[in-house]
Amino acid sequence: MIKLVYRGKEWELKAGMTARAAIKKVGLDPESVLVVRDGQLVTDDTILKDGDEVRLIAVISGGAQNCFHFEGCPGR
Amino acid sequence: MRQHRLALCGEHFTEWFISRTQRAIERYGMFGPEDRVLVAVSGGKDSLALWDVLLRLGYDVEGLYINLAIADQQYSEESKARVEQFASERSGADFQIVDVKKTYGKSVLELARERRGREVCSLCGLVKRHIMNRVACERGFAALATGHNLDDEAAVLFQNVLRWQTGYLARQAPVLPSTHPRLARKAKPFFRFYERETAAYALLQGTDYIYEECPHSKGATTILYKELLNRLETRSRGAKQQFYLSFLKTRREEGLFSGPREKLDLGECENCGQPTTAPALCAFCRLWGMS
Ligand code: SF4
Ligand SMILES: [Zn+2]
Repeated sequence: MIKLVYRGKEWELKAGMTARAAIKKVGLDPESVLVVRDGQLVTDDTILKDGDEVRLIAVISGGAQNCFHFEGCPGR
Repeated sequence: MRQHRLALCGEHFTEWFISRTQRAIERYGMFGPEDRVLVAVSGGKDSLALWDVLLRLGYDVEGLYINLAIADQQYSEESKARVEQFASERSGADFQIVDVKKTYGKSVLELARERRGREVCSLCGLVKRHIMNRVACERGFAALATGHNLDDEAAVLFQNVLRWQTGYLARQAPVLPSTHPRLARKAKPFFRFYERETAAYALLQGTDYIYEECPHSKGATTILYKELLNRLETRSRGAKQQFYLSFLKTRREEGLFSGPREKLDLGECENCGQPTTAPALCAFCRLWGMS
């Protein structure tokens, strides 16, 4: 089995699939997360082996304080 | 193609990321080695990554952190702590803090409460833009650099297209020249990077950035647009990049959105001197009831 951890949630899946497939399987979008295994960033075509524990890091920022909502007309 | 970049090992990815930033800066004439550059830092991954890369490339940069007192100051304190930590770990990483409440007497949230009907984010955006521009101009920086990435730009483009905001479509660009002495040149050296790439860069450098989003960003349409574009990207790789970069190319080559727009009649704000289309005070100064 492999384990996926994301924002306080956990999933257990069968080993042998790629990280990308695992991400899709739990209903997340592979484009919006990064995959970290044993503290190392890995690509999403990495095959996850039995016993792997993988942490998913969300990459969408809507909010750090320089966010761009309402980017308006300069000088207006 | 992109997949290969993230497949580079950490060291090569870092090298690739830095040299690609340098190429963007040169190719788009954002700023030069002699220029002083103000980089807006929020404590998030993009702005800290940008600050890091510009320092490594040897640019003369200084950070600007704007304390907006978000979530009763707690969110702002946490993001400020990331900025301070980043600066303490590098030599030459100087930065200035502008505290909105201390400087102008009210926080953005207090302003929003007074003016019901105006969203926090729209006030926040106005306040940030004004302060960044003011600091850049007053202290003679050649350019103001922000960490906007390709996903940010694509989401804004998506929004502008949905509403056919031709004025914004004419101006959205990786670099905006200064068209007035009190209007800073603006540059986005990361505009060709996917958000995953800037996040990967920050992670690989071990940067401790603020991971949580601003509490006010919940439900923001721009986040929804990012999610939609990511779904497209997952279906067809390169979609986001094509959407934004082809827009820039087509606009340039075919002269789109340059048609008959009323020439903006820019006057100067009587209080702060920044350019404005309003008759007396700019939108920022009107907010605080200045005269
Ligand atoms: S989400 Fe809104 S309130 Fe929060 S930093 Fe962005 S613009 Fe400001
Ligand atoms: Zn003004």
